[in-house]
Amino acid sequence: MALLFAFVAFIVNNAITNLEAIGKGYSFKFLWDASNYDINQTLIAYDSRSPHIRAATVGLLNTLLVAVTGIIIATIVGFILGVLRLSDNWLINRVVYFYIEYVRNVPVLLHILLVHGIVVNTLPIPKNAINMADGTFFLTNRGFYIPKPLFEPAMWAVFIALLIGIGFTWWFKNYAKQVQDDTGKIYPVFWISLGAIIVFPIIVYFLAGSPMTFEYSVLKGFNFKGGLVLRPEYIALTLALSLYTAAFIAEIVRAGIQAISHGQTEAAYALGIKPSRTMSLVIIPQALRVIIPPLSSQYLNITKNSSLAIAIGYMDIVATIGGISLNQTGREMECMTIVLGIYLTFSLLISAFMNWYNKRMKLVER
Amino acid sequence: MSTEQSYAPGTHPDLPPPASEIGVYGWIRHNLLSSTTNIVVTLVTLYLLYLILPPVLSWFFFDAVLTADSRDDCRAIAKAANQELGACWAFISHRFELFVYGFYPHEERWRVNLAFILMLAAFYPVLFDNAPYRKQGLYFALGAPLVIGWLLIGGFFGLESVDTDQFGGFLLTLVIGVTGIVGSLPIGIALALGRQSDMPALRMVCVTFIEFIRGVPLITLLFVASTMLNYFLPPGTTFDLLLRVLIMVTLFSSAYIAEVIRGGLQAIPKGQTEAADAMGLKYWASMRLIILPQALKISIPGIVNTFIGLYKDTTLVIIIGLFDPLGMGRASLADTKWQGLSTEIYVFVALFFFVSCFSMARYSLYLEKKLHTGH
Repeated sequence: MALLFAFVAFIVNNAITNLEAIGKGYSFKFLWDASNYDINQTLIAYDSRSPHIRAATVGLLNTLLVAVTGIIIATIVGFILGVLRLSDNWLINRVVYFYIEYVRNVPVLLHILLVHGIVVNTLPIPKNAINMADGTFFLTNRGFYIPKPLFEPAMWAVFIALLIGIGFTWWFKNYAKQVQDDTGKIYPVFWISLGAIIVFPIIVYFLAGSPMTFEYSVLKGFNFKGGLVLRPEYIALTLALSLYTAAFIAEIVRAGIQAISHGQTEAAYALGIKPSRTMSLVIIPQALRVIIPPLSSQYLNITKNSSLAIAIGYMDIVATIGGISLNQTGREMECMTIVLGIYLTFSLLISAFMNWYNKRMKLVER
Repeated sequence: MSTEQSYAPGTHPDLPPPASEIGVYGWIRHNLLSSTTNIVVTLVTLYLLYLILPPVLSWFFFDAVLTADSRDDCRAIAKAANQELGACWAFISHRFELFVYGFYPHEERWRVNLAFILMLAAFYPVLFDNAPYRKQGLYFALGAPLVIGWLLIGGFFGLESVDTDQFGGFLLTLVIGVTGIVGSLPIGIALALGRQSDMPALRMVCVTFIEFIRGVPLITLLFVASTMLNYFLPPGTTFDLLLRVLIMVTLFSSAYIAEVIRGGLQAIPKGQTEAADAMGLKYWASMRLIILPQALKISIPGIVNTFIGLYKDTTLVIIIGLFDPLGMGRASLADTKWQGLSTEIYVFVALFFFVSCFSMARYSLYLEKKLHTGH
């Protein structure tokens, strides 16, 4: 123990001596200096005169954007692949098996570079853009252009309607459960929720006089102007990360479903429960208990793997504060502290959530 | 007399199964067309395969150019043969040595080959317990890393010294991957035991280390290794970049190994420890003889998965400027003669990783089956 403390003290002492020797202190003041570099994808206002801390925020948001979209796509694709992997159909079973084995045994960095290469090399230049839905979407090697929604003030009504819908659904679900527990009567919760969350806001939208317009992308000179653009780096990174992780999720889902003994299904059928309700009330709740812990560590993996963005020039947290800012200011210690701190926070948050969820889902044993 | 033959009860010979249940026909009926949904799924899959496979195969095999001197040459050959432009594998064969050895000096490459053979020879008795002369083989495996290191780096006993920045290609992948794998297992076991230990201070140190490493991406740790590790060393010490990467990669995967082994340790019933205590075994003896053999056995799949992950993660070193096969390929794209052939490189390197990782996964299955002592 004493040895360990001596070692830590030795390292800290070395760091202080070394930093002093080259005349650098340890301070975060540089964060408020102008960053002097541009970022090609920004979710919040940013230019090269903004301070480094702004650049770090832009990078953090870009990381989160990739992580969140990646997690959503990976979960959907992964569940579909996992179920198909269990299919009786020999052909689809084999095809999915080969896909999963290929994806899992090739480094994720290679996937990212490969998808990026395909996006940049095979898609057409803006002049010959692939035009989808009559000038609404354009697919080019500079990115995927989509219309940008412009909200008018009355749009607030629609958002409020959406919130009301979600709140109502939450209340109704509890109410329906109460009624079912008391009387055994089952309400069609799914359809009523669908109505409350989707149909109600749409009705409000039209009542308010369609308060949303779209700004379309138009070809001007050599590139498109206006609209929203998903840059090729973002597309490549999200696609590669989510397809890579989907293969792992598929295996997790398969293992989770296989872990539930077949007797459960048979017992549910014997009680006269419909196959769909057997799935949702008997099999899935039990399978989720097996699936969730490894699934959440895959989510964490997506977040961490998004740091590979730097290989294709997507400006995430590592590429902004841990890359360009670091090189410009020479503040390795401070920049790496920020980056490591942010990733650690993510990781702690996700594991805290996982612990909470595990506790909630834990088998109640008597 | 009717044509029907009559049998005494119990003497009727077995009839053959109906034609619809056996053979190719029966197999197709059962596995592809058993229900309406299944028929639809089969048709959709076949259609997708029809869309995807022919172009990929023709790019890969049929339209590929194997020998040429430049990319334009590839194009010309494809045009002369009236084909679509397929893969230009000539590029890979031109640069093959670079992919394998990196910048390792030409006249010294026999050392790499010899080291590779020694590595295989050292692995064989470790991996397969039916190997002939296994006992001697294991002693050899203990000494082999030193010999291999000496062969690769040289510098004394008559071998010329080779700088580690000349390492590259598959050589570099193997050096990082194998060192990481061999080094992280003992450290991982030590960390796992430390995390289970009764001493709170030791436990806290291990938990902090494991959670810190697992919480951050490898690439940031490699950045730390390449940019700021020098700050933490006594002033004036310089450290080889490859060595720094090796240390980081080993520490990184040892944290993951530790978690896998902790899972294995937790799965061993407490009765086992108590029984060992009752037999009068000391902590280390009970660990070595009773707990660890069982815990390691059930953690094999997880350990191999971590190793596969580590092996794949060796590609990340290109970001801090080392040249593994991927980095080599990207560097050789700068040659104007071969510009724009990135897909060929990626596919080639992907194939290499697929073969190595897939065989690791198969080996883990074999080991699991062999060690399975249940029913």
